[in-house]
Amino acid sequence: MLTVEDINSYYGKAHILHDLSLSVAKGDVLALLGRNGAGKTTTLKSIMQLLPPETGKVQLKEQDITGTPTHRVSKLGLGYVPEERRIFTDLTIEENLEVGRQPERSGVPYWTREILFDLFPNLAERRSNLGKALSGGEQQMLTIARTLMGNPEVLLLDEPSEGIAPVIVEQMVLTIQRIKDEGVTILLSEQNLHFAKLVANRAIIIEGGLKRFDGTMEELNADPDIREAYLSV
Amino acid sequence: MGVLVAELLAGLANAAALFLVASGLSLIFGVTRIVNFAHGSFYMLGAFIGYSAMQVLPGAIGFWAATLVAAVAVGLIGVIVEFLVLRQVYKAPELFQLVATFGVILVIQDLALLVWGPEDLLGPRAPGLKGVVHILGEPVPSYDLALIGITPFVLLVLWYLISRTRVGILVRAATQDREMVGALGVNQAWLFTGVFFLGSLLAGLGGALQLPKGGADLLMDFNILASVFVVVVIGGMGSIPGAFIAAVLISVLNVFGVKFIPQSTLVLMFIVMAVVLLIRPYGLLGREEAPGEHGQVGDPEQPISPLQSTGKLVVAGILVVLALFPIFDSPFLLVLMTDVIIVSLFAVSLHFMLSLGGLVSFGHAAFFGGGAYAAALLVHYVDTPMSLALLMAPLLAGFLALIIGWFCIRLTGVYFAMLTLAFAQLVWSVVFQWGEVTGGDDGIVNIWPAAWASSTTVYYYLTLVIGVGGIILMRHVAHSPFGYSVRASRDSILRAEATGINTKRIQWVTIAFAGAMAGLAGGLFVFSKGSVFPTELEIAKSFDALIMVFLGGVKTLSGPIVGASSLTIVQDFLSRFEYWRLALGLLIILIVILAPEGLVGSARKLGNRIGLGRSEGPGT
Repeated sequence: MLTVEDINSYYGKAHILHDLSLSVAKGDVLALLGRNGAGKTTTLKSIMQLLPPETGKVQLKEQDITGTPTHRVSKLGLGYVPEERRIFTDLTIEENLEVGRQPERSGVPYWTREILFDLFPNLAERRSNLGKALSGGEQQMLTIARTLMGNPEVLLLDEPSEGIAPVIVEQMVLTIQRIKDEGVTILLSEQNLHFAKLVANRAIIIEGGLKRFDGTMEELNADPDIREAYLSV
Repeated sequence: MGVLVAELLAGLANAAALFLVASGLSLIFGVTRIVNFAHGSFYMLGAFIGYSAMQVLPGAIGFWAATLVAAVAVGLIGVIVEFLVLRQVYKAPELFQLVATFGVILVIQDLALLVWGPEDLLGPRAPGLKGVVHILGEPVPSYDLALIGITPFVLLVLWYLISRTRVGILVRAATQDREMVGALGVNQAWLFTGVFFLGSLLAGLGGALQLPKGGADLLMDFNILASVFVVVVIGGMGSIPGAFIAAVLISVLNVFGVKFIPQSTLVLMFIVMAVVLLIRPYGLLGREEAPGEHGQVGDPEQPISPLQSTGKLVVAGILVVLALFPIFDSPFLLVLMTDVIIVSLFAVSLHFMLSLGGLVSFGHAAFFGGGAYAAALLVHYVDTPMSLALLMAPLLAGFLALIIGWFCIRLTGVYFAMLTLAFAQLVWSVVFQWGEVTGGDDGIVNIWPAAWASSTTVYYYLTLVIGVGGIILMRHVAHSPFGYSVRASRDSILRAEATGINTKRIQWVTIAFAGAMAGLAGGLFVFSKGSVFPTELEIAKSFDALIMVFLGGVKTLSGPIVGASSLTIVQDFLSRFEYWRLALGLLIILIVILAPEGLVGSARKLGNRIGLGRSEGPGT
């Protein structure tokens, strides 16, 4: 579904990603694990072409999307949920969803406002409220719902569990499982291994922009040394 | 009572054009973050195109159809400008975009001259609305009442468009976070083009609608610009209801001003603006700019370094050549070179605050003209000797800069720039309207150098010594501990404050110092010409300096000198042709797009590429 081949990405002169490769199969939930500063956000931005890689290739459904403008990448079926949430605080919840809306694509899960309000009842109650009136957890839900309005085939989720209350984290797990069940392929970055275990079936670990592990969740569970070396704080 | 109501209605009618132009500017700024200086030109084009369309289309239907035709035509011209010019510079620093839109102003001015000729055109009266209506016994033009009805209608349409349609939602979302809107699948390029179409259309509509009141002329573009900036700043950048409130406020105030204190009409709106900004620094309905929201774009600043020995030799060589100029025995050449030195000093003083201090001023002419007028007034009224007048010019200009700076340092970025422009216009209007003291439009004449300096050659040497002295002084200050603080305050206010620098005070002193140096240039100017006119305080003068700094290269110390010299000489050459503005405007746009580092920056880059010029180090 989504493959990344040997990409090298830079912020100015700083070399962040080194020959990074990964692939997500249809229906997978792949967890991209690593500590702060490991290059997780950069990986997602590079895939989304917000930070086009200098070398290497990003392919979506066999199509090379390297260097394609971000808005076109989104229309090709890649949905991006940024870490900082970046909801439009001066717009209402309904208007935030409207910005993300894209036409229905055949063979891809189709989301409407009502389906999403069903999935996130909190948002439904406050649909006319401005984005800035929402709590952190509600903002996180809104930013996911907004991206789903674009009917993505692959969803890039940047640290969905960060900075939200534990009770909301549980809700988030259920939400991601539900999105997966609808048939959306997911690539999520996480620092929280426990959270990742609950939702992902495969995992990749990066450190310093280099890939250190690539396998199933079971394989990662069976390998405490890897966890110790790259994930423990 | 009747008189007051009639005045109020006249004010509301005048608000129409102002609101239309200001809302367009605000809309474009909100989404693209570009302050479109050419917006006044779109307004002017609306009037001219409306005039021509009204010649062709007959009757009342024709009149209103022609107005709409003009609006749409100007909208399309805006799209062309966006596509050809601004699309190339969206990622460039703010200053580059401003200079590009200034190039557009020049091009449009000459194209309008080419098509419609130099004569002022008398606007046709609106059919069916030629008469007056008596309200409380006072005559009120029917057309004024039509305008009063149209403005809220346009506001309503805009409000609906912005708050109820998908495009409006996207526009508001993009105002907040353009990149995120792109990541959600919206093509920003088209959104920008659409916003430019709408904003330009509003300006064109404003121009066409005021035809029956004011006609069309070639000065409309600059004439409305200052008022529009004042309206946008008072209302809050990006807020359309704010623009409406401010336009009404300013226009009503203006009519009552004319009625009761006719000598201070122009000054009045700037005073209102200053008061509003003191209470609400981001305008009535504006939002505070989040730090870093549109801060540094592009590479980080390079450090500057003092000249090495080769550089010093080059400078000494140039000085020797300059000192030898009088042997050519060409008064024309000496006068031109005197101009070049004065203008260089002026440009370097702007560069000091703009590039080293990060304080982008659109009103530097206030200090140049301020110094010129200070010297001229001292000579005219109290027979001050030239040497004393030349000393007082920078001191008084510096004092003026202290006052203006006190207000301006409260704001940052675009707001700072707009405020400097507004204050410069305030100074201009005081000089222009206070005829008994300043001579108004007639200026002050017969300000000649002292007897010992009256020959062209001696005055050239005097200018050379003082001008070069001023430039060297600024270079020294740039490399002094104070200069380090200035640059630290530019690069990071937070970190500079953390090391104990009072950044606001540093900025204040920077403005005063740069103002004083511009005043010195103004003083030299007045004695070289023998006269001074309000043109030395105009927006165009401030823009000249901006273009010189930009042409030479913002990030180089020698840039402003190179830029000032080349622009003065190019202007001297081009002004022999009828359509020199067109040529200059196109030249500026081309440089912005093709060589954004300016002459010195591009030359250095080229030098580095072929392996030369490393010896002088960065930033010379």
